[in-house]
Amino acid sequence: MNNLDALKSELAGMVEAAADVQALEQVRVSALGKKGHITVLMKDLGQMEPNERKAAGQQLNVLKQEIADLIDARKFELENAGLDVRLAEEKIDITLPTRPESHGTIHPISQTIDELISIFGEMGFVVAEGPDIEEDWYNFTALNIPIDHPARQEHDTFYVNAEKAGERMVLRTHTSPVQIRTMQTQELPIRIIVPGRTYRCDHDATHSPMFHQIEGLVIDEVTHMGHLKGCLIEMCRAFFGVDELPVRFRPSYFPFTEPSAEVDIGCSFEGGTLKIGNFDDWLEILGSGMVNPNVLENCGIDSAKYQGFAFGMGIERMAMLKYGIPDLRTFYDTDMRWLKHYGFQPLDIPSLVGRAGL
Amino acid sequence: MKFTLNWLKEYLNTDKELDEILHWLTMVGLEVENVEDRAKLLKEFVVGHVLEAKQHPDADRLQVLQVDNGREILEVVCGAPNARTGIKGVFAGNGSYIPGIDVTLKTTKIRGVMSNGMMLSEREIGFSDDHESIIEVAEDAEVGSPAAEALGMTDSVIDIAITPNRGDCLGIFGVARDLAAAGVGTLKPLVVPAVKGSIKSPVTVSLDFDDDHKDACPMFVGRYFKGVNNGESPQWLKDKLLAIGLRPISALVDITNYSTIAFNRPLHVFDADKIKGNIHVRMANDGEKMLALDGKEYELDGEMTVIADDQDAEALAGVMGGERTGVSEPTINVMLEAAYFNPVRTAMTGRKLNLQSDARFRFERGVDPAFLIDGTEIASQLILDLCGGEASEIIIAGSEPDWRRNYFLRDTRVEQLGGVEVTPERIRKILESLGFEVTKADGGWNIITPSWRYDVAGEADLVEEVLRINGFDEIPIVPLERETVLPHGAINMIQDRRSRVRRTLATRGMTEAVTFSFLPADQADLFGGVPESIHLVNPISTDLAIMRPSILPNLIAAAGRNADRGISDVALFEVGPQYTGENPEDEAIVTAGLRVGSAMPRSWAGGARDVDVFDVKADVLVALEQIGGSVVNAQVQQGGPSWYHPGRSGTVQLGPKSVLAHFGEIHPTISKTMDVDGPIVGFEIYLDNAPLPKAGKGTARSKLDLHELQAVERDFAFIVEDKVSAENLVRAASSADKKLISNVAVFDVFTGGNLDTHQMSVGLTVTLQPTEATLTDAEIEAVSDKIVANVVKHTGGNLRG
Repeated sequence: MNNLDALKSELAGMVEAAADVQALEQVRVSALGKKGHITVLMKDLGQMEPNERKAAGQQLNVLKQEIADLIDARKFELENAGLDVRLAEEKIDITLPTRPESHGTIHPISQTIDELISIFGEMGFVVAEGPDIEEDWYNFTALNIPIDHPARQEHDTFYVNAEKAGERMVLRTHTSPVQIRTMQTQELPIRIIVPGRTYRCDHDATHSPMFHQIEGLVIDEVTHMGHLKGCLIEMCRAFFGVDELPVRFRPSYFPFTEPSAEVDIGCSFEGGTLKIGNFDDWLEILGSGMVNPNVLENCGIDSAKYQGFAFGMGIERMAMLKYGIPDLRTFYDTDMRWLKHYGFQPLDIPSLVGRAGL
Repeated sequence: MKFTLNWLKEYLNTDKELDEILHWLTMVGLEVENVEDRAKLLKEFVVGHVLEAKQHPDADRLQVLQVDNGREILEVVCGAPNARTGIKGVFAGNGSYIPGIDVTLKTTKIRGVMSNGMMLSEREIGFSDDHESIIEVAEDAEVGSPAAEALGMTDSVIDIAITPNRGDCLGIFGVARDLAAAGVGTLKPLVVPAVKGSIKSPVTVSLDFDDDHKDACPMFVGRYFKGVNNGESPQWLKDKLLAIGLRPISALVDITNYSTIAFNRPLHVFDADKIKGNIHVRMANDGEKMLALDGKEYELDGEMTVIADDQDAEALAGVMGGERTGVSEPTINVMLEAAYFNPVRTAMTGRKLNLQSDARFRFERGVDPAFLIDGTEIASQLILDLCGGEASEIIIAGSEPDWRRNYFLRDTRVEQLGGVEVTPERIRKILESLGFEVTKADGGWNIITPSWRYDVAGEADLVEEVLRINGFDEIPIVPLERETVLPHGAINMIQDRRSRVRRTLATRGMTEAVTFSFLPADQADLFGGVPESIHLVNPISTDLAIMRPSILPNLIAAAGRNADRGISDVALFEVGPQYTGENPEDEAIVTAGLRVGSAMPRSWAGGARDVDVFDVKADVLVALEQIGGSVVNAQVQQGGPSWYHPGRSGTVQLGPKSVLAHFGEIHPTISKTMDVDGPIVGFEIYLDNAPLPKAGKGTARSKLDLHELQAVERDFAFIVEDKVSAENLVRAASSADKKLISNVAVFDVFTGGNLDTHQMSVGLTVTLQPTEATLTDAEIEAVSDKIVANVVKHTGGNLRG
């Protein structure tokens, strides 16, 4: 028995003394390996008397287990010590910048169009489109702007060489010709918005030869000016995110609507900066009116039965007002600095239900 | 249109404050653009008396003035040639703000002489562009008194915008009528004098038109005056004109301007002694020439109306008078003209001659055809009062055109269209106060328009009249209700694709641009050109002259501009139109992108990598993935349009007639011509060419088959000729056993070494996915043999030994 105690303390000492995993492995081999001390003693059991063998066997098994446990414990200890050292060595400077990535942005014009689509979409409007190179008839005559109308002068029209129906074709001066195309082809009732490129022969600080408009048209049997007010007030408040935004309708003139109204929103110009909201001043943002019966008749719609409203506004202007962009011309400059600054995150997808406001 | 508050009140009895008047102007549709309180603007300036004007000792063109400002005498250096001893002008002391030049005065030394203030020019008070001479005020103006009073500028000046339909409000009287209708006051009845003719006019007037041109001038009213004195106007008239920015010229001219502003009744005065024979209103002869009052000679044609004498044209009817018969200070005998000229013809004449004038502006919007005689009488009285002389009887050629138009206004219509209830009494009162004749009829009213409201042309216009005078604010706000409980989607599949591709490219690090739809001709030609039919007739500049055949040149030019600003690595895209002709179907919405410079800039993690064709190939394929459907079967072919590098470009297509995209390196000639440093790669995606999914397919995905058995990978290296495409190799390998081979990837491409010049080695990893039982070595061997055989057969290559 004493032999076993001595062996145990000798092996325990060796385990304890093993400085690393390799040394410990050698200890394991010398104790528990094929020719190890304990293995040899186990083999010797066969030569004992059966009654002695049982007791000695039990003692040896206990010793074997104890030594194995000691080795495992020591091994765990040694391995952990190694890991800590390795981890300390593996430290890197995480203040280094990330690998370069480029981040794209969405142009404010696209974003503003998407915002307006999300608002009008909630009100049941669908998006309609039409060509940029347009026939004179669609751009003017059908909209109650005959060839000799003074309003034609105010349009600063671009012409192309092509002719249709005896008139030079134009670059559409507004998105309104899409009203005509829709009324000619689509079944009633109609509720459309038309975002798109428009062109005027004018280039200075506040005019660009190309800009964007969004047009709206509602035609049915009941829609009246009260609905026009309701629709556009909701739109203005949702777009600018100002619940109590004052919206003013004042009489104006457009050949294609009768009565016609220009729409102003409340604002302040104090200190040279524009603020949108319930202040003392007014800012014009869009034109609107009840569709002129002549326009309906030009599209083959019975103006005794059907009526409705139309409106139009400048996309860039809406973007400038909402996002404080000072200069119209910069929209088309493609200056990377501008695009990064005024652009929008790709996943900033406008939705009225996604979060409060746009 | 500008007018003063006091002038308005000559026609409108009102006790309303300025603010309320301004509110109603805007709310009846006469939008107030500006209000100028001149007394406030000029409050820092006083009448200064030039006691002495002496040559500056050190400057030829300057004088040194001694100016009495009512409190002290100050030395002022002045460069105006009209500064002279004894005159009175407008003096600004140190510390005062000069609005016209945006400067606050301080004492300055000018060529060695201290200047303690300034005598102001019209430009400096923001009154005109004249900065040559200083303003002179009346000799009896009190020295040191407020300059506003001496200048007759104590009144508020109101500027309103007149929409093209409201010619009647181009006269102050018309504005007063609208305000009275809206309840801002009452319209004072207009007193029209009846001037007695004491002499017979030696000049007669005839309207010489054939039947086709009778409408050019249906009525002409004239009056001859003998022995007038065309001196300066009296102060009250000068002040009226000055206040609204018109320069007084002479009594006769000022009277015509007064009539124009007050009543929108343009007049013309001829020097009767310069008229050869009699007056004939007629169409011009083709090629006839006339020197107009603007000093320019115009060549006329047979569709333009002129007022001529026996000799030739002396005025362009409704547009501009002629130089030959214009009045001047020595004029003593004159012919006054008030006529009605056809609006359309007047507009056409002005447009053809590119001649804008105040008269044209008014005639093309329509003047009151029933106010010719009244207008003549009012002006006649003024001429006699201000210029003396004797008047003839009124001469009338032609007759008043028929301006009465009849419309029926249904009594339900105001509410139907306007959404607001207005009582029948109110409707009637509003229309009558605007001058309409209203007669009750069954179910509504018969309405006759007034002579000055040529713009009212139907029932809807009458509704507008009622609504605007009743107030748009009275119209209740009614929600626009949807036809369905939930919205049904505002955009269609094609519009949705554009939107998703736009945001996908932005997530790939590309920045969205919006560029003009036009470009310079040479750039259009580099990108395939466009037909003559879509060249602009009247471009802003040659840089914006042609409708673009491609978006890429605009993006390349933009990259160049950014490089000039020091940003040479850009990734840009645009979703927009490009054009091949004038028809709607020639216009396509294309997504184009451009990557220039480094794809990955240098950093601690590695060196820079230039953009290459595989960057844009990835852009295209990821964008097309957004569409899904049959597009995933699209094939990539070598080569693209001429603006790409012929060996480094590709075309993605479903078939030869269904091209979805081009991509590649931009042709070096183009980057060189457009002066943008490479490398430049680009793409064009024709989203609208992608077929739409079949309707009614449902939303369910196909069944997912997952295999429990382990896949096996085998590598092969083939030596092929370098013209063999990777796609061919992959396809040959894949088709060896379509059921078993789930993927083939290219893991290596190698040329050089001990390979022949035109050979390359391509490494493929083939994944075998068993579905029923684990593959045995023999089965794997068999498939491998088939793969090798198939590749050899289709590409002519060999397995690398």
